[in-house]
Amino acid sequence: MPLPDVESVPASQDVRAESPVIRIERLGHRYDQRQALDDVSFDVRPAEIFGLLGPNGSGKTTLFRILSTLMLATEGRATIMGHDAAREPNQVRREIGVVFQAASVDAKLTAAENLRHQGHLYGLSGRTLKRRIAEMLGRVGLADRARDRVETLSGGQQRRVELAKGLMHHPAVLLLDEPSTGLDPGARRDLWLYLKMLRDEERVTVVVTTHLMEEAEHCDRLAILNEGKLVALGTPAELKREIGGEVIVMEAREPQSLARRIAERFGGPCNVIDGKVRLEREHGHRFVTDVVEAFPGEIDSISVSKPTLEDVFIDRTGHRFWTGPESGTP
Amino acid sequence: MAQTTTLGAITQPAHPVRSRTWLAVASLWWRELVRFYRQRSRVIGVILSPLVFWLVIGSGFGTSFRSGSAAGGQHYLEYFYPGALIMIVLFTSIFTMMSVIEDRKEGFLLSVLVAPISRSAIVLAKVLGGTTLSAIQGLIFLVFAPAVGAHIGGAQFGLIVLITALVSFCLTSLGFAVAWKMESAQGFHAVVNLFLIPLWLLSGALFPITGASGWIRALMLANPLTYGVEALRAALFPAMASPRFPLGSSIAVLAVFSAVVFAVAFLLANRRSTKPAA
Repeated sequence: MPLPDVESVPASQDVRAESPVIRIERLGHRYDQRQALDDVSFDVRPAEIFGLLGPNGSGKTTLFRILSTLMLATEGRATIMGHDAAREPNQVRREIGVVFQAASVDAKLTAAENLRHQGHLYGLSGRTLKRRIAEMLGRVGLADRARDRVETLSGGQQRRVELAKGLMHHPAVLLLDEPSTGLDPGARRDLWLYLKMLRDEERVTVVVTTHLMEEAEHCDRLAILNEGKLVALGTPAELKREIGGEVIVMEAREPQSLARRIAERFGGPCNVIDGKVRLEREHGHRFVTDVVEAFPGEIDSISVSKPTLEDVFIDRTGHRFWTGPESGTP
Repeated sequence: MAQTTTLGAITQPAHPVRSRTWLAVASLWWRELVRFYRQRSRVIGVILSPLVFWLVIGSGFGTSFRSGSAAGGQHYLEYFYPGALIMIVLFTSIFTMMSVIEDRKEGFLLSVLVAPISRSAIVLAKVLGGTTLSAIQGLIFLVFAPAVGAHIGGAQFGLIVLITALVSFCLTSLGFAVAWKMESAQGFHAVVNLFLIPLWLLSGALFPITGASGWIRALMLANPLTYGVEALRAALFPAMASPRFPLGSSIAVLAVFSAVVFAVAFLLANRRSTKPAA
């Protein structure tokens, strides 16, 4: 399918002149039996927040593992800042900061101790390290908790230590796996504000995996994955625009037959998803009156809405985000 | 990255990340120790278990074997003492490496694995951490040395520390190698139980190698602990007539074993694969 290539990052920065920060080329991965990632290619540009959106089992975690040098891909290539993730892992590791979905901070150590060890792993020591620890704790709002053991901090605070840990060496690329897991709405908002600040003020390139539509909306650009394949790539706005017009959903007693007859009468694709008749139309509000008049008494309810990212997903895969055949497998 | 805009508090210049292996090793090693002393039950266990162990063994064996002289005119308790110390070291060394499984489960290991440091630094730090703890525990057991008639001088003490540390290092490396691929503590226990007791029984701790026959003897000769026990016995009782192996060669064999087991642990940890790392 043709992949759109439209400018998406803050207008003040001319990014197209720069080479991509991450280049994924025909990347594929096969666990014993299952093809978890299948011929995926895309670029991530400097200083953008790039989202990998997909349901469980879509391949985004596999892609994350390959990018973070934790696993070798079985096919294709991933390059970060010009270094091959498979062949030059240490060069890649210097450039990336990684925030895992599960906590990686040591709960028995204090927040500052965690950062000190992390700094040592990246060759920081002495005064530089001390300054960096203070700076990072200040930036995530935990300066006053530096000496507290991580196990005594709240879940949200622990995630902040996690983030500070990933940023200790000022990486050019920050990789985050499902970063808002376990965060309340307030903490989630703070996280996104912070990621945007990193992007705008330090030109950090941020890659976020997520299965949450509302989180994907924050990203500058998105790659939507389904069953290991790249099904959409672009800015959230552009992807939704491609739907064309509005999304109309109808409840009916006999959705299959209604869908068939609507398609016959009005033309264009008309699907049944989750027992509801669903179609995409320009000038949706006008279509509503037409369809209700055409099939009196057959439609129990009808709704018109602007397309969401979930609609993009349905449009590209033919099924809902959460009811894919692969759901339930890791 | 050239055009870093600075706003507010952010004034850090970009700096190239350097990998400093020894700094990483020292840091990770220190973390092992800090984690240890912040878990009070572990501290109590390490200090008390040698004491309890000797109390039970000493009072039991002391009366049962008073007249028996097992080897070279030694009292059995005397004969048994080095083996008991090795046993303490054996258990502690192997089981400290359960922390590898813990680190993996808690996610800490992942953040170390994505850091730009050599895998050997990670293995070395873990192994040295375990070595330190188990050697300390073994050395606590030395307070009972006078009870079996061993009076330890300065040079002798240095020698004993060296032997204990080598044995600990060898066994901790072994524990690491086993723990690396394990997904659960139960799996680790199951595998370790297979060789833990045989390793100790066939080390000359209970019965001397001179009396053993055929294949048992061969197994004992292939067991690194045999050299640990012998070296320790020679260091504790220098007056004892003709040790079975010269002290120097026992230590050399131990060092070789340690190097080999460590290399295996390193190779296991250094393998990158197409399977998830954790």
